[in-house]
Amino acid sequence: MKYFKYLVVGTVFGIILSKAEVVSWYRIYEMFRFDSFHMYGVIGSAVVVGIILIQLIKRTQMKSIQGSEISIPPKNKSVARYLIGGIIFGLGWALTGACPGPMFILLGQGVGVILVVIASATIGTFTYGLLRDKLPH
Amino acid sequence: MIELISQPWPWYVAGPLIALVMFSLLYFGNSFGVSSNLATMCSIAGAGKVSSFFKFDYTTRIWNLVFVLGAAIGGFIAHRYLTLEPGINLSADTISALTKLGVQNPGADYVPADIFNWSALYSIKGWIILVGGGFLVGFGARYAGGCTSGHAISGISDLQIPSMIAVVGFFIGGLIMTYLLLPFILGL
Repeated sequence: MKYFKYLVVGTVFGIILSKAEVVSWYRIYEMFRFDSFHMYGVIGSAVVVGIILIQLIKRTQMKSIQGSEISIPPKNKSVARYLIGGIIFGLGWALTGACPGPMFILLGQGVGVILVVIASATIGTFTYGLLRDKLPH
Repeated sequence: MIELISQPWPWYVAGPLIALVMFSLLYFGNSFGVSSNLATMCSIAGAGKVSSFFKFDYTTRIWNLVFVLGAAIGGFIAHRYLTLEPGINLSADTISALTKLGVQNPGADYVPADIFNWSALYSIKGWIILVGGGFLVGFGARYAGGCTSGHAISGISDLQIPSMIAVVGFFIGGLIMTYLLLPFILGL
C-alpha cells in the first residue's frame, strides 16, 4: 500500500502529459522550430509554479510525510558533463520526440513500438555506466 | 465535466499541474526524475556486476518504477476515455515544414504513423529514429545526470546552475537535430 500514492500521482502525470499533448512527437518538433508557444508555456509555467513551491518549502521548512527535511539533491559542479550530456540528450529528444516520461505514457496509449525506444534508452543508460570513467565530467 | 477535460488542455493548466506532481513527490520524501528508472532497470537486470555505477539498492527506487507504471496507466486512460479527437492542433508552419519533408498527415495522431510502427524497423530511418534516438536519450540523460523532469523542471525550479547548463545543452542538441540532421533522416 505504501506505493499506492505513487501510482496515483503517476497516473495523474500520464493524463496531464497526454492531454497537454506533451507526449506528441509533433509538439517537440514544433517546439524546436519555435513555431508555437505551447511547449514553452507548459515548461515555463511548470517552472514558475515550481520555483514558488520550492521557495515555500524552504521558507516554511516544510517536512515530508516521513518527517524528514525536503530538498532536491544538489547536482555536482561541472560544465562538461551537463553540456555534453545535455547535447546528446537533446539530439535524441528531437529525434524520437519523447523524453523518458512520455515514452512510458505513449506505451500506455498503445504505441507498442515505443518498447524498442525504451529498450534502446535502457541500453544507452547501460553504455553510459560502462564508459563513465572514460568520459569528461 | 468529462467533456471539458476531454478537450486538449492549455499550457497554463498543464504546467502548474506538473509542478504539483513534482511537489507531491517531494512531499512524499522523494524527488521528480523519470530517467533514473532506466538505471534502476539496468541494476535489476544485474548491471551492477559489470559497472559500479549500477551497484545500488534498487529497492529504494521501486516507488519511481511504480510512478512510471502509473504514467503508462494515465496514458491509457487519457487515450481511451478522455480524448474526443485524436489529432494535434499544430501550427500551420510546422505542418507545411513536415509536409515538405515527406511526413504524411502531420498532426493526425500524437506520433507520425509511418515511423512509430513495427514495420518501420525494416527501414534505416526507423532504426535511426527509434533505436538511435532512444539510445541517445538514455545515454545523454545519465551523462547529464537527468532529463526533462529532473533538470528542466526540478533543477531549474530549485535554481540549480547545473540544470540550467543541461537545459541549454538539450536545446543545442535539439536544434542541431531539428534543423541539420532531421531533414536528412526523414528523407531516407
